[in-house]
Amino acid sequence: MTSLTAATAARSSASSEHSLVVEDLRVHYDTPEGVIKAVDGVSLALKPGERLALVGESGSGKSTLAMALMRLTKAPGRIVAGHIYLGGKDITLLEEPEMRQLRLNEIALVPQGAMNSLNPVMRVKHQIIDGILDHVADRKQTPDSHELEERVNRLLARVGLSPEVGRMFPHELSGGMKQRVAMAIAISLSPRVIVADEPTSALDVVVQRQIMQTLGRLQQGLDAAVILIGHDMGLVAQFANRVGVMYAGKLVELGPVQQIFTEPLHPYTKLLIESLPNLEEKKKFIGIPGLPPTLLRLPSGCVFHPRCPSFIKGTCETVAPHYQEVRPERETSCHLYAGVRA
Amino acid sequence: MTEIVVERPSGTSAAARRMRFAQRFFVAVVGNYVFRRVLFFLFVVWLASTVIFIIPRLSGQDPVKEKLLLEAQRGGHLQSGFEDMARTYQKRFGLDRPIWIQYRNFILDLAQFDLGPSIAFFPRTVNDILMDSLVWTIGLLGTVTILSFVIGTLSGALLGWPRAPGYFKYLFGPLLTLSAIPFYLLALLLVFLFAFRFSIFPLFGGYGIGKVPDFSLDFALQVLRHAILPAMSIILASIGFWALGMRGMMVTMQGSDFMVQAEAKGLKAGRIFLRYALRNALLPQTTALALSLGTVLTGAVLVEVVFRYPGLGNTLYQAIRLSDFFIIRGFVFAVIVSLALATLIVDITYPLLDPRVKYRKG
Ligand SMILES: Nc1ncnc2c1ncn2[C@@H]1O[C@H](COP(=O)(O)OP(=O)(O)OP(=O)(O)O)[C@@H](O)[C@H]1O
Ligand SMILES: [Mg+2]
Repeated sequence: MTSLTAATAARSSASSEHSLVVEDLRVHYDTPEGVIKAVDGVSLALKPGERLALVGESGSGKSTLAMALMRLTKAPGRIVAGHIYLGGKDITLLEEPEMRQLRLNEIALVPQGAMNSLNPVMRVKHQIIDGILDHVADRKQTPDSHELEERVNRLLARVGLSPEVGRMFPHELSGGMKQRVAMAIAISLSPRVIVADEPTSALDVVVQRQIMQTLGRLQQGLDAAVILIGHDMGLVAQFANRVGVMYAGKLVELGPVQQIFTEPLHPYTKLLIESLPNLEEKKKFIGIPGLPPTLLRLPSGCVFHPRCPSFIKGTCETVAPHYQEVRPERETSCHLYAGVRA
Repeated sequence: MTEIVVERPSGTSAAARRMRFAQRFFVAVVGNYVFRRVLFFLFVVWLASTVIFIIPRLSGQDPVKEKLLLEAQRGGHLQSGFEDMARTYQKRFGLDRPIWIQYRNFILDLAQFDLGPSIAFFPRTVNDILMDSLVWTIGLLGTVTILSFVIGTLSGALLGWPRAPGYFKYLFGPLLTLSAIPFYLLALLLVFLFAFRFSIFPLFGGYGIGKVPDFSLDFALQVLRHAILPAMSIILASIGFWALGMRGMMVTMQGSDFMVQAEAKGLKAGRIFLRYALRNALLPQTTALALSLGTVLTGAVLVEVVFRYPGLGNTLYQAIRLSDFFIIRGFVFAVIVSLALATLIVDITYPLLDPRVKYRKG
């Protein structure tokens, strides 16, 4: 059940044109209660300079996907199938030492809770330096301490921090400053892809905005592809070029941000967008009826059918829809568009 | 998109920063924290000394009379001048003065580390006797405690490290078992096996019988040979304690965000192990180490008794048997000082190890 679009893209032009191609990725957690399919056949492709936002309810598998992209899936999790092409190289096949080299160099993570993502007993600058040092290809080219200091200061300046911050310990920084440090680390080796897992979730609205602006600026400077994971549709809409919607481990829709907001295809996306608070109309807040499924016992057919307002009896509860391109640049998995092909 | 958000801590110039640092250093460390800690240390020692002074007097017994009665029993008859003799001794030990003068003298003596005369080994002083055995105890137990800390902590760290070589996990069972056995039982077992059954090591003592302690190589080797069994019994029994604590901390560390981030940074495994996992897991361990160094004096009374090791524990044992009240009191005082000292060292050094802990007021 490979996605046609992404898979074809991977084979034909991926290596040259795309920074990142994910092909039918499946990540499962083997728990005593059963197998949790946290990422269940996700396919997507990212060009350099592209900003993709991934949204979805809590537990829909966003972080699991992010960790799989870094190839940091931990037991009981396991990448059971699929491919991840990073700059044309399939990282699911790499040995750990080779993969270690790629982390930070090619793909970097801006973590979810930047609050605790820094080593509490190490000064900020050393936490920037050690990443650089451990990726020096040739020992003879190890930068001297003066050069490293310079680089740290430049990186700090790029994320809007003063050099003094380098000498501080994490507990002496505010949440926003910590998140900036995390970004400085992420860009220290100019990666091809930056994965940001809810980089602003613990911050207040004003700081959130500033952080997103900085992230955007850095991304432009590097021409890196960014995957931004978040709950907040508003923040995401401002930042991204494209939006992917995840539901129960599956990507149910992917498309340009403008189109997703004006004309969502998948019923779940529609509900997500309708449930956004709207200042002008001040209409009543509409939630999404029902609860997200437990990934242990997924509904038959389309996983969304028990909560779906446009549910087609006889089809949706029996047949799982294909994820396919239904219009140019628009992909979704929904029986409503089954016959429609681009 | 233009944006200039420079978040910087207040104050800029290097000179100003240095000034502020020096100032803060003085106020925080000297003015407040260390000074207060030292005062607190002195207070604890004084309080404990007072308790040592009071408690025996509450018992209503007279150590001098007790001692004389004991001697009399041994001799088979009560000498005629018993009361006179007791009074003479009491005068000699200053026990006939008003209680507050006794207390004042007691505290003044303690302040000069004068623990008074021994009763059983009169005229030797308690200081003299304790010092003789202190060297042995600190030599054996200090070394052994640090050794087992290093070995235990390292093996615990590797036990709690998923990428450690597979065979390390076989250490876990034996360590757990050993840590459950009291060290004196282990000591008996070792004596039975390696000294009694197979005479590889000497049965008891700190050095060969008939030897006089000196600074020769020969004597040093003897001391080493005699120390091996008692040392092993303590090391084997306490490695598990350190290893289990460290393993737990390491496992906790694995789940923390900064460990995930360290891996996402593509750091080398060695660096993640040492600078991230071990460094953080070590914090509670070092506190435990300092405290256990504080209990070194009492730590292995039983082991010293089993091996008849010439240390403090053995001296205490002798003193109790001979009901030498002054030695017991001196021992208790030494224990209190060493415990309070260990706490003081933890208090003062911990902020250096963990930058999150500040030299706070109070
Ligand atoms: N270590 C684990 N063991 C078992 N199940 C796990 C584990 N980690 C995650 N899961 C399960 O995988 C699913 C996806 O989790 P994930 O953290 O990827 O969701 P998420 O979309 O990032 O959620 P959130 O928005 O709350 O961060 C959840 O149902 C979760 O219960
Ligand atoms: Mg998450």
